[in-house]
Parts: sequence; structure tokens; C-alpha cells
Amino acid sequence: MAADTNVQIPQPGGSRRLLATLEPYLYTFPGVFLIAATTLVPVVIGISYAFRDIMLLDPMSGGYVGLTHFRDLMHDGNFWNALGNTAIWTVSCVVLQFVFGLILALLLNRPFPGRGVIQAIVFLPWAVPTFLVGLNWGWLLNPVVGPLPHWAYALGLMSAPDNILSDPHRALWGPIIAGVWWGTPFFAITLLAALQSIPKEIHEAAEIDGAGTFERFRSITLPFLAPTIAITVLLRTIWVANSPELIVVMTRGGPADSSQIVASYIFTQAFQGLDFGYASAVATVLVLLLLIYSALLLALRHALLRAS
Amino acid sequence: MRGSTLKRGGLWTLHYAALAIYMAVAMFPLYWLFKVSVTPNDLIYSGGVQFWPARTSWEHYATVIRTGDFLLYFRNSIIVSSVTAAVTTVLAAAAGYAFSRFTFRGKFWIVGLMLVTQMFPLVIVIAPIFRMFGPLGLTNSLTGLIIIYTAFNIPFATFLMQSFFDGIPKDLEEAAMIDGATRFKALLQIIAPLTLPGLAATLGFSFTAAWSEILFAMMLNSSSSSTTFPVGLLSFSTRATVDYGPMTASGVLALIPVCVFFLLIQRYLVQGLTAGAVKG
Repeated sequence: MAADTNVQIPQPGGSRRLLATLEPYLYTFPGVFLIAATTLVPVVIGISYAFRDIMLLDPMSGGYVGLTHFRDLMHDGNFWNALGNTAIWTVSCVVLQFVFGLILALLLNRPFPGRGVIQAIVFLPWAVPTFLVGLNWGWLLNPVVGPLPHWAYALGLMSAPDNILSDPHRALWGPIIAGVWWGTPFFAITLLAALQSIPKEIHEAAEIDGAGTFERFRSITLPFLAPTIAITVLLRTIWVANSPELIVVMTRGGPADSSQIVASYIFTQAFQGLDFGYASAVATVLVLLLLIYSALLLALRHALLRAS
Repeated sequence: MRGSTLKRGGLWTLHYAALAIYMAVAMFPLYWLFKVSVTPNDLIYSGGVQFWPARTSWEHYATVIRTGDFLLYFRNSIIVSSVTAAVTTVLAAAAGYAFSRFTFRGKFWIVGLMLVTQMFPLVIVIAPIFRMFGPLGLTNSLTGLIIIYTAFNIPFATFLMQSFFDGIPKDLEEAAMIDGATRFKALLQIIAPLTLPGLAATLGFSFTAAWSEILFAMMLNSSSSSTTFPVGLLSFSTRATVDYGPMTASGVLALIPVCVFFLLIQRYLVQGLTAGAVKG
């Protein structure tokens, strides 16, 4: 890109030419430096913690303990439970957000009177800060001030108007409901942007050829959306799996660690248990799992590209 | 002909009905938050599931504003979010411009670094950052949070800005450079004004992200002088006696800045993402 611009531009002398070569690095350096200092370096340190005994309040800690944390992990029922919950949490959130988001994007795709206002309203949940989403759904699910348990009871969905957040078997569904409410607009915005980049002429031509609404959706819209859907769903899966905020706010992983996902388990181990070594060991396992997931995806993409 | 008009009318009715459901689901939780916040204390428990209390009052808002802590937390959050948004936008605009206009050695690795950090579980760095920041005096400090939030927001903000720069023809700054301006001057005077929607979207996005962040704010800052609004509100909610009135009132107050920002930028956001999508 830079090469072809140089043709038209008067060539500056030595020091300015040096500056021109350095220019892109000057623009990117501050950001890259910050990211390296706050992500790259801490990740390396964090992985080293996984093999050390680091308790925040114990000045005697800090020695190397080898694989002890990982051995403990194998026998930690809460960890395995959190691993299973991570799958339930991630799949439920992503699938429901995607389905509701796709429907919403299709509803908003064509111009109609009032679209601007309606769009602003239905996208609003996405602007609500995560902690407030969690707190507010916590209140809605709380029979003292919230209507939801009473409604569920009236509809016969529950045998008593209880708070599902204090039920070990159902607590995880609270954060899932909150997450779907909050994340649906994200999918809708992304898919709407992709829908609007489909040339209108294609749809018009198909309509003239007598293709029905459903037929056009299947043979034009879906193939056009497929790359966006694939990328968004895959990235979103990683992001949702890594996001413990709603769970931390709504249940703190409780009651008795029953609604912990791996990410929230790491946070509570570090924040409440102050056991940085063990927390880092769990985090290392999470990173490994995500790397395996990403590698599988890349292999799958490679295979699909070859097949086509 | 008549049949198809009728059918079309029916479809539009369905269309609006579906959107009405979406609007109801989107608005209801916020409506309820507001409702509880204006319900007087004596009606909060008895009035449980009523859609609107028999009497309303602003007493909870008065309580929140009079109880000094909340104003302090609010101020802390405003400072952290505004500075984060400003710094992130400047740094992301610079990096996004470089991604859009230059090919240079190492670009692949820099883009890769930004992509990878986007996918990393941030919980893994909480403990190390806590131990790194302590000796530097960056725990119990707003500066520490600003540094963290800026770093975490830069990757997405950079890609967002890049997509806006990609939408602006290169000829514009080339023309200015032929006239003798440096590239940097051309960027500031000609390109920057054209990316105002992009800058607005990036500002809004990073402000919202910083305003909402809770995990690092909980971990790094334990003194009340550096507590941010979300953490203050959350600690309020875990007390033995939960005071729903003032809490919901604070919740409504926490919504105001982000909603204003969001309503201003949501149009540009779809635009920006479209620009990115078209570029593919």
C-alpha cells in the first residue's frame, strides 16, 4: 500500500524518509506496548504461578510445587462441575442469543415506518452495563421485589414462587436468562450489518423469477450470511465461555459452587480464596482447552476449504 | 391483486407484533427497575408484583445522593470511563490508521497479537496483574484501572477504527501530501474530521466497557476512595439487610450515561460494522 503512494509524492530527504519508514510503528507502538505489558507479560507470569504456591496473605508462600495444583485439580469435584457448567452455559447462551438475534435482524432488515425508534429500543439491552444486567435480573427473579417467580408459579412452572438463584439445580439458568436478554442485540446488530450488505438486486431478481419468501431466505440470505454467522458464533462462543461477570454478580457461583463455570471459579479462587497459585492452575487448564477448541476450528476450516 | 395486498397487510401485522414482543422483553426489566426505584419504602414489600405502585416518591434517589459514598463512586467511575474512552480512542485511531494505510514488517504479528488477546480469558491475568500493580502503586488507584481498561479495549477499538479508515479514499490525504503536507498533518486535518462517526462509536464503546467492568475493579481496588460505581453497588447488594429502594435508584442512575452514549452512537455502530463487513 505504502509503495504505490510513494510514486506520486515528492521524495523527502534522508531523515524524513527514515521517519516515513518508522511512521506505522509510531502509530501502533503505544497500543502494542500497553497490550504487551498488561496481557502478554501477565499471561506468562500467570502460567508460572500455576506451578507455585502463591497465597496472597501468606508471605511464606511462593515456592515451586511442581504439578501439585494440577493433581489437586483432578480430584476437585467443584472444578469438574464447573467444567460441565461451562458447556451448558456457553451452548445455551450462544444458541439462544443467535436464534433470537437472527429473527430480530430479519425483522429489522427492510425499511418500515418507525424502524429507527424500534431499533434503538430493541438494541437497548446491549447498552446496559453487565453488572446491572446481573443485579437487575437478580431482583426480577427475587420473589420479594420481582414478578417472575410469581408469574412462573401462576403458570404452573414452579411449585412455589421461589428464587431459582438459591436452588442448586436451577441457579445457572438465572445468569443464562440474563445473558440471553443482554446478548441478543449483539447478534442482531452483527447479522443486520451483514444482511444490509447483500445487494438488493439479487433479491429483486429472485422475486421476479417467482421465488417465495422462504425460498429466497434459503437460497440467497443464508448463503450470504453463512461466513458472518460462522465467525460470529465461533468468536462469541469463546467470549461467552470466558465471561464470568453475570455469574459472579448473580450467584457468586453458588449455592455451594453449583453454578460455577470455570472462569468464575478462577475468579472466586483468586478473589475470595486468595489462592493465586491454584487459580492460575485452573486458568492454565482453561487456556489449554480454548487452544484445543481453536485448533479444532482451524482444522475444520481447513478441511472445509479443501472440500469446496 | 387484492388477495396479495391483504396477505401483505397480514404479514406486516405479524411483523409489528413480533417486534412488539421484542420491545416488551427489552424494556420490561428496565421498566421494573425504574418502578421499584420510585416505590416508597412501605409499599416495596406489600406491592410486590403490581405494575405500578399506589404512590410514587423520589425518596430513594434523595437517599442515594445524600449518602456520600455513591456520589464518590459515581465520580470515580466517570473519571475512569472518560479517561479510558479518550485514551483508547486516540491510541486505537493511530493503530487503526496504520493498519488501514501501511504495509510494514511485523504487521501480521501485531494484528495477530490483537486478535489473540481478544480471545484470551482475562481471568488468567487477574492474579498476576494484582501482584505486578501492587509495588507500582497501581492498586487502590484509578490510574491502575484506566491502564487496564485502555489496554483491554484497544484491540476491538483498533479494528473498529480501521474499518472506518478503510471506507475513506486514500486519494484524499495523497492529494494533501502532494501539496506538501506531511502525512500526519493530512491525517489530523483532512481524515480525522471524516471519521467523526467512527471516533464517536469508539468513544462510546470504550466508555461503556469501562463503565461496566467489575472483576478488575473488585480485585485491584479495595479502598472506598477508589471504588467504582459497579463495585459499590454490588457490595451494597450483599449486605445483610438489602435496601431495594436506594439500590434500584442507583441502578437507574448507573444507566443514564451509557444509555445517552448508546442512543447517540447506535446508528453509527451498524454503519461501522457494515463498512467492515463490506470490506470482508
